[in-house]
Amino acid sequence: MSATTQLGAADGESGSAAPAAPLAPLVEMQGLSVRFGNREILRGLTASLRGRSIGLLGPNGAGKSTLINTLLGFYKSSGGSARVFGYDVATEIRKIRGLVGYMPENDAFISKMSAVSFVQMMGELSGLPADMALERAHEALFYVGLAEARYRQLGTYSLGMKQLAKLAQAIVHGPKLLILDEPTNGLDPSARQRMVRMIRDIRDGKEMRIVLCSHLLRDVEDTCDEVLILKQGRIAHYSNLDEERRANKRFLEIETYGANGDFTAAIEKLGCECAVAANRMKMILAEGVETRDIFRIAAERQVRIRRMNFRRDTLEDIFLKAMES
Amino acid sequence: MAVYRRNYKAYAGRLTAPWSRCFVLFRYLRRNLFRSKFITALFVVCFFYPLFCLLWIYLAHSASFLREMGVPGDVLSIDNTFFYYFISVQGGFAFLLTALTGPGLISPDLANGALPLYFCRPFSRTEYVLGKSAVLAILLSQITWVPGLILFGVQAGLAGTSWTWANLWIAGSVLLSSFIWIAILSLLAMALSAWVKWRIVAGALLLAVMFFGAGFAQAINAVLRTDSGHFFDLAYLMRTVWNALFQVDSGHAIPVAEAWIALLGYCAICLGLLVRKVRAYEVIK
Repeated sequence: MSATTQLGAADGESGSAAPAAPLAPLVEMQGLSVRFGNREILRGLTASLRGRSIGLLGPNGAGKSTLINTLLGFYKSSGGSARVFGYDVATEIRKIRGLVGYMPENDAFISKMSAVSFVQMMGELSGLPADMALERAHEALFYVGLAEARYRQLGTYSLGMKQLAKLAQAIVHGPKLLILDEPTNGLDPSARQRMVRMIRDIRDGKEMRIVLCSHLLRDVEDTCDEVLILKQGRIAHYSNLDEERRANKRFLEIETYGANGDFTAAIEKLGCECAVAANRMKMILAEGVETRDIFRIAAERQVRIRRMNFRRDTLEDIFLKAMES
Repeated sequence: MAVYRRNYKAYAGRLTAPWSRCFVLFRYLRRNLFRSKFITALFVVCFFYPLFCLLWIYLAHSASFLREMGVPGDVLSIDNTFFYYFISVQGGFAFLLTALTGPGLISPDLANGALPLYFCRPFSRTEYVLGKSAVLAILLSQITWVPGLILFGVQAGLAGTSWTWANLWIAGSVLLSSFIWIAILSLLAMALSAWVKWRIVAGALLLAVMFFGAGFAQAINAVLRTDSGHFFDLAYLMRTVWNALFQVDSGHAIPVAEAWIALLGYCAICLGLLVRKVRAYEVIK
């Protein structure tokens, strides 16, 4: 793991102890709608996304890619407005594109070009001078792990390598925002892990903010600190993942030895809901009740706790709840 | 930053001027183009006729040579017909060169889904089309109006001021006839390249538009007993315009103004096709 990653992780930890100043809004949407013919794909989205790394989640056809393409100016909105870094998508798209690196979902490359020429050309199109673009193309390809294969034609690359080349072209010009559309699509588990590690590395480097669009919950959970869940073109849920987890640490499962009705009654007196089966007890912790209160009650009644399973809401729970709502 | 350091660093250096970015495409495309030996060879062959014309002009002004060969002085005359034939021959070569190079301009980007990568940058669709068409425009210019004007300049230098002033309009005709032909060929090649993902099929379509268009025009004329079929024959329309520009009379069936309008119409149709197809993602309504 690189030094940057370690440094980033340390920063992240200190950040959780003392909350950092809130970041400037990355994407602001006010009633954003997109319509293709008679179909309304995005329906009046209103949100202000501020996270360092934002995950866009939703089932197939929810409008994730459409939202990204609208923010990049590929699709025109049929109503409302959207701003990226404060620039209006409708009128200042060139400025936005100068700040953005985009990794599309599908195959996107020029097969007869070597990776280094391809990434250099993309850098030059973003405004880098030719010599600087060449230097940074090499750097970007080294960074994503394609150093050995950088003179090979892109058409000969495997799917995983093509994904990495797409990532290299997205970061070559040093964007402020990296938009990744299904970056782990079609990757085998080890390639997926490499890609996720790299995204985390970029996130922790704090040079770029990330919008990651995926229908794979694990990818988003591994790399994002905020999540926007779309459902049928509407925002079903938007939250900070850490806050969400903290707010939902309610489920506790314990295995006890020597517990009796008195122990259960004492816990219920705290306001927790309990379900007892033999020596196992499941409970939903009430507001303000912490696990140390359970330990205290057990100690007072000389009940031994053999196992405690504290279950936080996973992203899957959050997602399913959003889908049900 | 050294390449072996695997950490990411943002770029904070200077940026190039936005207007200069369409030349990036031009540079890369041109470099790729001349990797093909066949295209390079054809490009070289395209200069044989201008060299022959240069020799012709030299001989036309070489009195001792004409005397020795017993050739009357007016046989090797350099006039509007000479430049008309020059443009006709070079126009043919321009078409061949376009058929080989044009289809590969946009179709590989479409086939490999590369368009979103261009348009997610501060780089517009207009700049993309300009960058791509600049390759053809400059390539075709090098074999049409540039050698045409050089020949005109040589002839003007040898023939003197009175000839130059009397025939200055020919230089304008060389320029205008080349421009319209280059515009038609570039737009047509790019439109076909944008609509057909396979390079070979796009090349075949370009040939078909020219040759089957002529056949279709003849068929319409024969069946409907009209001259309107010529509007489907691009080469015929072009010849009509060139004849008018070089004041070479060959009795064309359709008026020159209508030929001009038809050619401009074809340009507009090709532009429309390009606008519709050259976009990051196709919107299916």
